[in-house]
Formats: sequence, structure tokens, C-alpha cells
Amino acid sequence: MAELRYAEALNQALDEEMARDEGVILLGEDIGNYGGVFRVTKDLQEKYGKSRVRDTPISEQVIAGMAIGASMMGMKPVAEIMFADFLPLVIDALVNQASMMNYSWAGQVTIPFVLRTQGGAGAGAAAQHSKSLEAMVTHIPGIKVVMPTTPADAKGLLKSAIRDPNPVVFLEHKMLYNTKGEVPDGEHLVPIGKAKVVREGDDVTIVATSRMAILAEEAAELLAKDGISCEVIDPRTLRPLDVETIVASVEKTHRAIVVNEAWRFGGYGAEVAATIAEMAFDWLDAPVGRIGIHDLAIPFAKPLEAAAIPDAGRIAEAVRETLA
Amino acid sequence: MAKAAKTNRPTLDELKEMYVKMVVTRRMEEGLFPEHRAGNIRGPIHTCNGQEASAIGATAVLRKDDLVSTTHRGHGHMIGKGVPARGILAEIYGRETGLCRGRAGHMLMADLENGLLGTSAIVGGGPPYAVGQALAFQCQGSDRVAMSCFGDGAAQNGMVHEAMNVAGLWKLPVVFLCEHNMYGLTVPSSSQSPIADISDRAAGYDMPGVKVDGNDVVAVYQAAAEAVARARRGDGPTLLETKTYRMVGFSTTDIGGYQPEEEIAAWAKRDPIKRLREILGKDLKPKELDAMDAEAQGIVDDAYEFAKTSPETPLDDLYVPEYAEVEAAHG
Ligand SMILES: Cc1ncc(C[n+]2csc(CCOP(=O)(O)OP(=O)(O)O)c2C)c(N)n1
Ligand SMILES: [Mg+2]
Repeated sequence: MAELRYAEALNQALDEEMARDEGVILLGEDIGNYGGVFRVTKDLQEKYGKSRVRDTPISEQVIAGMAIGASMMGMKPVAEIMFADFLPLVIDALVNQASMMNYSWAGQVTIPFVLRTQGGAGAGAAAQHSKSLEAMVTHIPGIKVVMPTTPADAKGLLKSAIRDPNPVVFLEHKMLYNTKGEVPDGEHLVPIGKAKVVREGDDVTIVATSRMAILAEEAAELLAKDGISCEVIDPRTLRPLDVETIVASVEKTHRAIVVNEAWRFGGYGAEVAATIAEMAFDWLDAPVGRIGIHDLAIPFAKPLEAAAIPDAGRIAEAVRETLA
Repeated sequence: MAKAAKTNRPTLDELKEMYVKMVVTRRMEEGLFPEHRAGNIRGPIHTCNGQEASAIGATAVLRKDDLVSTTHRGHGHMIGKGVPARGILAEIYGRETGLCRGRAGHMLMADLENGLLGTSAIVGGGPPYAVGQALAFQCQGSDRVAMSCFGDGAAQNGMVHEAMNVAGLWKLPVVFLCEHNMYGLTVPSSSQSPIADISDRAAGYDMPGVKVDGNDVVAVYQAAAEAVARARRGDGPTLLETKTYRMVGFSTTDIGGYQPEEEIAAWAKRDPIKRLREILGKDLKPKELDAMDAEAQGIVDDAYEFAKTSPETPLDDLYVPEYAEVEAAHG
């Protein structure tokens, strides 16, 4: 065990997988000599060479497209798209190419690449560099979507993603890169498709993704002072979703809130809320609550941005409403 | 590749105006770094330090009703197009008096009145809509021109190719200004493109490709004047490439280390402001030049004062209607 930053944990995962499997190559902007704008690929070009760690031109469509082509020929590309806000540029590669190949071509090829990116607000980066666009990728069949919150999960899930025979979109959060946590050394694999109960409780289930899972824990702390007991679940994998863990929790608590930093309308939180309503209807004592970022382009000015992003207070308030 | 013609020499008054605008841009941007370090402004800040001749020279030939669209590195284009420094800085400070009420921030500003439409920090995202603006001008039978500014890095993006192809195909009134500052973020352009001159690609879009010294404001002005005149006549687009250099890091988040010291030193000798000062020195006395520096400084000081003392954008700005009024949209 070592205390690592989230970015360092990801770096360790890449390092270990590159050492383990020569097929693992990295593609992306500024990932080589510079080590990535968020330092995730630091020193890897020096260690593994320019052939395996490639700085690409600013050409997102071909970054994703190349990852697909190389993966079907036996490589294990890990492509970096610098901001989740640029996912719209690679969506054709994902939705029209990668997602159909294994199924439509009747299993002749697998497409085992990982597409890493990062999203989230809070850095004053405004409307084009702050979004959470997970719904765009969780909508696509055949693609797994992973979203780790802690450094340990970041490492364990990235290693699993690289070994997975399917396309995996790996969603990081810019405000988490500097957060620290204990990370197991060496072979630490977190299974894709398994949620984590971060905190046990009896009165309400809070399903929260990425940075929101941390805020949900803070909200749970606040509420505990008033005798309200929250169970906090971090799905970690958005697709395939670990429905079982979530439903089991709601059967116990009878109430649920979903917290996801994305826009609410048509958002990922809606999918989770609908799943709970469908699978645990008989156990629910209140409608499933849903919290997301303010439904407009993310504003720049600090007070506006801060008010747009969900915080622990808003989560706690939603829990109180659901209990009222 | 066509050589920039030696016609269209800027007048002394135009040179003076460009000088003041270049100094305003430089001083305004220099002020941003300490303010960012002090935490008074936030988000990544990108400056065009060293590239002012390209930005100011190219926009100097535009009319007020022409449009310019730019990138994260757009302060020079804004000042050049006549956008007030007050509105720019107030936006960067996130104030209600900013060009976009503090909603857009440094990377995404727009100012319809002065023809800044707009700024996009999605690399390569601007040229497609600039081509659409030019399409509108063509449909409307107008002689307005859209100038689309982007970097050497953006030139590698598919959206930029698509935009140039359509513009060349339909002879749209657009000027593509590729500011080649030798880097796309931290990666040298030699690692991003197999060719050194982006303007060489113009042949593939059937438009003139013009390469100029981007640190020579007169050369930029002349080449831009010709490109804009061509677009205004209805003869179609031009790909104008200005060879320049970014003297400071990519942005306030840059940890540096990838721009060789010798390279920086060599380009420092070609500082565009110093060069224009020398040209002006042939016609003006040192006192007159100093007065222009003072004028520029005055504009910048006033704009900082304005921005810092302006009220913050109220939270009400979050609770505005999501859509434009249907009636209003139909006129
Ligand atoms: C589509 C997209 N990809 C990547 C980025 C990240 N990024 C911002 S600026 C930049 C470099 C742009 O280089 P260039 O076009 O040469 O402009 P310069 O910064 O040199 O003015 C990159 C990679 C982005 N904002 N948008
Ligand atoms: Mg550049």
C-alpha cells in the first residue's frame, strides 16, 4: 500500500500494464514528452519509447479511429481525449464504428481499446471544458463505461479496462487528480460492473458517481448529526450497471437519490432513477430524487459556477425532502 | 504558393493605431499573470505574447461589419477588431459588465457589436461556423467578410479541412488566418504535421496559400488586405499563414520545459512591437512614440480599474430561460 494521488494511481496502472503486455500502446495529445496535461502519462514515453507512447496531432477523430483499428489487429491501445467535452468529436468512432463491430461482424473481431478522458466542473474552465457527458457514451451498446472516484479504484479499474476484450470508455474527473488515497501495490484489479457501498445506512440510498460520491459522503456526515442514516453507493461502472447492489440497498432503505454531475434531462441519473423505479417499485416509499448540474451551459464566473454544481448541502436537502 | 503583394501599404495613421493596439494587447495580457497568481482571476489564461503583429495586422484590414472568430488565444484579435479592453477584462474577471456578463469567461467571448463572433476553445471548432457566416454573406449578396483565426495545431483537425474544402468549393468570402506559432500546446508542429507550411495545403482547396512573416505587422497587413479584398470581390477564400512564435507558455497551467531557450532567445530578437517601433521611429520623434506607449498604458489601466470595480454577475443569471423567445426569434 502507498498513498498516491489519483493521477499517480492511473500512471501506475498504465506503467504496470505496459510492462506486462507489449501490445499496450498510448495515443493522445501532449502525453509523451510532456507527460499529459494532467500528468497521468508522466515518464512513460521515456520508459517505453516513442513507438509505444505517441504524441498525436490535435486530431481526435483519428485518435479514436486508430485505437479501434489497432485494437482489432491485436494491439491494446489506450487513447487519451484531453477533455470529455471533446467526446462529441469522437462519437462517430464509438457509436457507429466500435459499438457494432463485434456484434454485426458475428464475433470475428474484438475491439479491446480504452478511451480515457476527464470531465467535470469546478476549475473555472467554463462551458467547453467542464462538462460531464457520460450519457453520450452510456447510451451505446457494446461499450463499457467506467468512472472511478478514488485513487485505488482508478488504478484497479484502469488495469481491468486494459485487459477487457471490449471497448471501455474511462471517465476521470479533473478535480480528483490531486486527491490522495491508499492504493494497493502491484496486481490490484477492481472488477468492471461491480458497485461499491461506500457507506452503509438504513434510511435512504444515495447513488452517486465520481466526485459526487465524495460529496454524497459529506452529505451523509451532515445528515448523521440529525440522526438520518444514509447508504452511499458508488456504481464505479456506469455500464454495465450493477443493478443488484443498488436494488438490494433500496429494498432496505425504501428511498433513493441519484447524484450525477451531468445535466439532468436525458442524463445518466435518469437511467439509474428509472432502473430503481422499475426494479424496486414495490419497496419505494417516495419518488426517486435526482440531482445534477444546472441545466444550462456551464458559466464561467465563480459564484455562478459554484451555484451550478451540486454540493453536499444540496444533496442533504434532497435527502430531507425525500424523507419528508 | 502566392507571394504577398507589396501593395496596400498601411498609412502612418494606420501604423500608429496598430502600434497602440499591439501595446494594449501586450500590457493587458502581462497584467493577467500576476492577477491569476493572486487568485483574482481563474481558469486557464492563454496569451498571444509575441504574436501581436499577426493578430493586429490581420484584423486591421477588416471593416466594423466584418466578422472575426478566434480561439483561446484571441485577445489580439479582439483588440484588433475594436472590442473594448474594458469589456474583455471585465469578462475575464467574471463581472456583470463583461462582454458576456461573466458567463463565457476568457476562452469563449463574443461581441456582436464589434464583429467578434465568436471565440471557441474547441480546437478546430471555429472554422466550420466561420464558413457558415460566409455562406450567409454570400446568400445575402453582402460584401461582408468572415475571418477565421486558428493555430497550427488546429490545422491538423478534420473540422478545419472540411471547412476549407467547402469554402474553396463554393468560393465563400472567408479568410483563414492560420497563426503558426510552432506549437500546439506542448507538442512542436514538426511532430504534428509532415509539412512545415500549412499554406501549402491551399492548393488542395483551390485557394491561394500565402505565407508571411507573422512578426512583421506591415507584411501581415498587406497580405490580409489582399485576402480580404479578394473575399469581398466574391473571388473566394484565402489561406493566410503567419509565421510567428508564442513567447510565453501555453497557458497559466503550463509547467514549461519544452521550448528550447535558444529558440525563445532567437524569437525575442524579432519582437513585433520593437520592430514596429523602429519603423515608426523613421517618421516620429521618440517623444511621440513614448506618448503612444502612455496612451496604451492608460487604456489598459482604465480597463483593469473598470473590471476590478465592476459588480459580480448576480446569481439570477443562472435562472434565465433556457431558450430564446419564439416570437423574438421570428422577428
Ligand atoms: C478539440 C480540442 N482538442 C484539444 C484541445 C486542447 N487544446 C487546447 S489549445 C491546444 C493547442 C492548440 O494549438 P494551436 O491550434 O496551434 O493553437 P495555439 O495554442 O498554439 O495558439 C490544445 C491541444 C482542445 N481545446 N480542443
Ligand atoms: Mg500553435
